[in-house]
Amino acid sequence: MIRFTFDGQPMEAQPGDTLAAALLRNGVRLVARSFKYHRPRGIMAAGVEEPNALVTVGLGGRAEPNTRATDVFVYDGLVATSQNRWPSLERDVGGLIGLFSKALPAGFYYKTFFGPAGLWLAYEWFIRRAAGLGNAPVLPDPDRYSQRGGFCDVLVVGGGPAGLEAALAAAEAGERVLLVEQDAALGGSLLRDPGERDAAWAEQAANRIRELGGTVLTRTSASGYWEHDLVSLTQLLAEPGQVPANGTAQRLWHVRAGRVVLATGAIERPVAFANNDLPGVMLSQAVRTYVRRWGVVPGQRVVVAANNDDAYLTAQALREAGAEVVAVLDSRPAPAGSELAKGLPQFNDAQPVAAKGGKRGVSGLIARVGATDQTFDCDLICMSGGFTPVVHLHMQAGGKLDWDEPAQAFVPGAARQNVTTVGAAAQPDPVQLTVPAGNPKTSFVDFQNDVTLSDVDLAWAEGYRSVEHLKRYTTLGMATDQGKTGNMAALSRLAEKQGVAIPEAGLTTFRPPYTPVTMGLLAGRTHRDAGAHLRRIALYDLHAERAPIWQPLGYWKRPRAYPRGVEDLAAACRREARTVRERVGMTDVSTLAKFEVSGPDAAALLEKVCATTVSKLAVGRGRYTFMLREDGFVCDDGTVWRLDENRYLLTSSTGGADRMATVLSYARQVLCPELKVSVVNVQEHWAGIAIAGPQASAIVAALTGAEAPRHMGYAQAAIAGTPVLLLAASYSGERAFEIYVEATHAAPVWLACEAEVLGREGCLFGLEAMEVLRIEKGHVVVGGEVDARRTAQDLGLDKMLNKAGGFIGAAGMQRPALAAPDRLQLVGLEATSGIIPEGAMLLPRHNRPAEGHVTASAYRALEGGSIALALLAGGAARHGEEILAFSPTRKQQAWVRVTSPHFYDPAGERYRD
Amino acid sequence: MMQIPCPHCGPRAQEEFVYERALESVIVPGADDEVAMERLFTRTNLKGVGDELWRHTMGCRAWLVVTRDRVTHEISATRAIGPEVLP
Repeated sequence: MIRFTFDGQPMEAQPGDTLAAALLRNGVRLVARSFKYHRPRGIMAAGVEEPNALVTVGLGGRAEPNTRATDVFVYDGLVATSQNRWPSLERDVGGLIGLFSKALPAGFYYKTFFGPAGLWLAYEWFIRRAAGLGNAPVLPDPDRYSQRGGFCDVLVVGGGPAGLEAALAAAEAGERVLLVEQDAALGGSLLRDPGERDAAWAEQAANRIRELGGTVLTRTSASGYWEHDLVSLTQLLAEPGQVPANGTAQRLWHVRAGRVVLATGAIERPVAFANNDLPGVMLSQAVRTYVRRWGVVPGQRVVVAANNDDAYLTAQALREAGAEVVAVLDSRPAPAGSELAKGLPQFNDAQPVAAKGGKRGVSGLIARVGATDQTFDCDLICMSGGFTPVVHLHMQAGGKLDWDEPAQAFVPGAARQNVTTVGAAAQPDPVQLTVPAGNPKTSFVDFQNDVTLSDVDLAWAEGYRSVEHLKRYTTLGMATDQGKTGNMAALSRLAEKQGVAIPEAGLTTFRPPYTPVTMGLLAGRTHRDAGAHLRRIALYDLHAERAPIWQPLGYWKRPRAYPRGVEDLAAACRREARTVRERVGMTDVSTLAKFEVSGPDAAALLEKVCATTVSKLAVGRGRYTFMLREDGFVCDDGTVWRLDENRYLLTSSTGGADRMATVLSYARQVLCPELKVSVVNVQEHWAGIAIAGPQASAIVAALTGAEAPRHMGYAQAAIAGTPVLLLAASYSGERAFEIYVEATHAAPVWLACEAEVLGREGCLFGLEAMEVLRIEKGHVVVGGEVDARRTAQDLGLDKMLNKAGGFIGAAGMQRPALAAPDRLQLVGLEATSGIIPEGAMLLPRHNRPAEGHVTASAYRALEGGSIALALLAGGAARHGEEILAFSPTRKQQAWVRVTSPHFYDPAGERYRD
Repeated sequence: MMQIPCPHCGPRAQEEFVYERALESVIVPGADDEVAMERLFTRTNLKGVGDELWRHTMGCRAWLVVTRDRVTHEISATRAIGPEVLP
């Protein structure tokens, strides 16, 4: 015996019971409150299409809200809780809303809550609480979710008779077969209608498939059909809320199939009549399933209301199980076959009008038989409005649908991918539709969204003609069941209103997933720290020993500052920047993008990618360079060094490294494949150490035992016995060197440099001090001043452009608008009063339109004083003007004087020894 | 999720590839300004079969041209490009 609880009530279940079967077994009829009106609801279906009986299963981080009671198999200790009710399912205050349901028609919110957008936010808070589904768990999910690929010749979706037959035939023919079934048991319709073939036959068939090398997975649902016959499968290794045996709760498969066979069956449609949503109104085939598969008889006095032959089987099954069949109401004028109706109280031309009852369930049914109304006492109504083939996957695969007139249903038509449909999904039973007879205001078509026939009528009356509009206006076919039961009833009402046949009214598109998928399954293992990769720079551990403040940069973390004693970030930054200006400092620049470009056409390739000349560079020299996008805007900058006759080193920004690698590859592979050149990404091959300050030359000379190369010169050298590249490049505005060393040998070089630097009362400096130094020097930074909307001219770089053209972006930058004089241009700002707020807007005075903005601000390293780099309309011609830097968000402002962006050593004298 | 036959590696899942651009949007450096601007801003976004540049980033890293129906995702051909296939 399996024990579980529902709303705290202990209950017992039989092995193989779904929660729905177990609840019915325990006599529970009221299971849920409806989404909008809080109407009492029970169990309607026996499969994944269940719209009403949504419960939360499990506790804490394992809790799974909105679980269909028909789609969870009871395990010992299962805890199920009803949803959308307060304080309890029995006494739900929200149920009062139901009394006002006349005031809550479709589109109610759109009509009522117009007005200022801010007001809607207030309404929404209440609406979300009044109407809704279960609560999402707030604790982390303790379980694992795995993902894997799969391949097969034939994927069969559905383990009913048609699917098993197709899988068996393919396996016998030697094909690799994968068969999936969302239920825990194989057999499909055989579980409710056993005959020559039954559940045991299904198990034998599955065993035979396995013997032949095939795979059969139960509790596995084909949730999406993607391009090129890729099908995603969600496999449950534990039931919702259950502790998984090996820690993994679910597995997501991506299966690439040679061909796909869909044996997905058909879903029974409800019948529209007043109060057809009461507990005890169930789908006919579902009732038969409960009776035959689980031995649960959901009612003792039964009325069957149908428009097809299949429902008679339910009446027979109920009678065999000892229930009293009060009436079989057949809406068709002619009687069904004599065998089917044998011994049953059958009425033709008979339609349900209104169910009677309350939250305890139905107590009777008023029906129209011919022209007269009759009342039948009953505690169970089995309805069958026909069958809707499950065509979701066929349609997701891009297939067309055909209209099947006898079945009044859409069936799979021409397929676009390698997929066929077999069984009830291809050939549903014939039916005969009739116009519903009950009050449309309580005749539900979409039970989960509380959409009634009158809502469809209203949408029509208000001018919503297309089925897609109907869906959005009434919410028909939305939420967790996606209209599996309700869509066709609404569609036939719409067609009736339009006076057209159903296929002309159209159908909404089915999109994945077929049934709800847990978010954790889609994330798989890429959550928490595994969601974003962190790379470590070569000297990470060495920096960590020096206890820096870290800053994320690209994939890496780099030291932002190395505080001493009680220093905070600002104090450490001030000291480090001043030390560089006065003596010397060193920092790690390993993350810079670096490419080695070699071959006879190396310069030609670089002149495609860079907007400056490269070929004129002498061996052993380097220069600043920048790159454009195809539309002419600057996208990156760096330096290029001629290491040898046909060998160059290109550096560019850390954050743009991947993009630059792509651009170089694009230029070589696509734009000019004829060039004889090779490009190697050496970004993490070389670790980089920068030494900057008036004493840098002396330190480099001491470390290498040779005279330091002059500014923008290159030399090979050895430090601490390790070969290094020595580039005399300066970012700070001081005489400076970048030392590149193979990453695995970087530590001894760093330690040798550090000893020398500290020995001269220098210091380590981080990104924050570097920012101060580069602002003072007027160097632009990618992502700051280089904001993908700036031309070379805007940034004052146009004099360096390669006059010969031919580079990426050369055409784009010719666009006339890019030469407009009022474009935002790079300027410097000096505060005359106040401190310049970062990100502030620039305006001539208060209450005038903004004319630019501050991109970066700092205090000068030596003299102090607030300065900034900024982009200002027509700024190059406005030096000397006094304007306002105003930040309403920071509530700060400063009056500033527009200057050249080069605050520090504009003549570059400090580069020279 | 498509399956793309890489000319170097054979059929592989789409997630190994990166889409780069439609082949008709490639701007050769030195191209006439008007041609370049048409390719950049005003070209027709073709419906139906077209040639596209893809890159097998999680595989051989080569660039390739994929001939694909942009409505049905049917891939009718792929071919290798780059220095290796020059005559």
